[in-house]
Amino acid sequence: MKKTTNQTGFRKVLAVAVMAAGLSGCATSGNPKDPIEGFNRAMFAFNDGLDTVLIKPAAKGYEAALPKPVRTGVTNFFGNIADLFIGVNNLLQGKPDQALSDFGRVVINSTIGILGLFDVATEAGLEKHEEDFGQTFGRWGVGDGAYVVLPFFGPRTVRDTVGLVLDVKTDPVANLSDVATRNSLLALRVVDNRADLLPADKVIEEAALDKYSYVRDGYLQRRRNLIYDGNPPRDLAD
Amino acid sequence: MKYLLGLLTALLFSLPAAANEMAPDVLVKTVTNEVLDTVRQDKEIRNGNSKKVLDLVETKILPHFNFYRMTQLALGRESRQASPEQMKVLVDEFRTLLVRTYSKALTEYRDQEIVFKPFKMAANETDVRVRTEVKQTGGKPVSIDYYLEKGNNGWKVYDIEVAGASLVTNYRSTFAQEIQKGGVDGLIKSLQEKNKTGEAVAAKAK
Repeated sequence: MKKTTNQTGFRKVLAVAVMAAGLSGCATSGNPKDPIEGFNRAMFAFNDGLDTVLIKPAAKGYEAALPKPVRTGVTNFFGNIADLFIGVNNLLQGKPDQALSDFGRVVINSTIGILGLFDVATEAGLEKHEEDFGQTFGRWGVGDGAYVVLPFFGPRTVRDTVGLVLDVKTDPVANLSDVATRNSLLALRVVDNRADLLPADKVIEEAALDKYSYVRDGYLQRRRNLIYDGNPPRDLAD
Repeated sequence: MKYLLGLLTALLFSLPAAANEMAPDVLVKTVTNEVLDTVRQDKEIRNGNSKKVLDLVETKILPHFNFYRMTQLALGRESRQASPEQMKVLVDEFRTLLVRTYSKALTEYRDQEIVFKPFKMAANETDVRVRTEVKQTGGKPVSIDYYLEKGNNGWKVYDIEVAGASLVTNYRSTFAQEIQKGGVDGLIKSLQEKNKTGEAVAAKAK
């Protein structure tokens, strides 16, 4: 996980994804949102396998080894770091009030909340938001483009893939200069995130006729909802 | 199956009068709190008795859901292809799947706090959204929005959105794909097969 290999690897992945998206006309199975379904299903299976053998067991071990308050502290710590660029994205989306609240959260949680371990800002009424560059582009009117399943990163659209590149570039953790610290923190964040998602897993297993399309359609609906901050125009007509 | 159909019909038409008159937000709040209290306190449920959760969902929650409308929404334009008989079976099977999913979610997230968002509606409105949130330590709260429609039997939930994704319309493209492959009967068969696995067995054995 050296920085250079990491980034080259990521560029390659992106190149493949964009190429695959470009070839959209060729390999289609009917869903207009998912022109490269064959490629996506393969990537989905790859990610699923990686999750089964590596990430999920790590998350389960992590959950078993650490008491809940400690895990909450870890989630809060990374959440606090993320709040910085959530604020930037809210600014870019023309929502200065929300941005101000996000920056206020960082200040409060980094100090009173002891380096972000405690989310005192939420207690004080500053709600946590969820923003990223993909949403900012969406807000600016950029269409989402084809659905793409990226290796390691999972479901995205072409637009959100470009957003992801910026998310990674601006991620304070990924940009730490001390390689060992950076890698440990990145691994911890992946495992902690995954542990938070363990209950959702079981619900999806229970619900899905076809896990691939359930995850895809859920992702697309959720992203649309996020771009509209929870109030998308309702679209019930068939 | 026949028994379930009978049960469904009975549930759809035999609502307690009190619930009929409840405002939609009060209805959602009352039912959610009642069910969560039971799920949190019941020892057998805490020890993993999933049949008991399913029973709870059947008796407390199902009467307030409009499964026919949900099935129609999940099918989208494909619903025109289904005969009334096929539609009946689809509603039944889809109902089992949704109940099972809902029960699972209740069990997995029972210890989280639910916040009911402020609700306003005009007196003559017949289609509303009631917003709730599941608080998550360390993360943005997850929204759960209930869409309700007022009919002859009071307010009924016809869609639920979790974190912005509808538990109902999320099936639309899968259903369309199944119908394209094997017709409406193909979809029915897939649903039946899915429902034969796991916890649905407990629901059907009832």
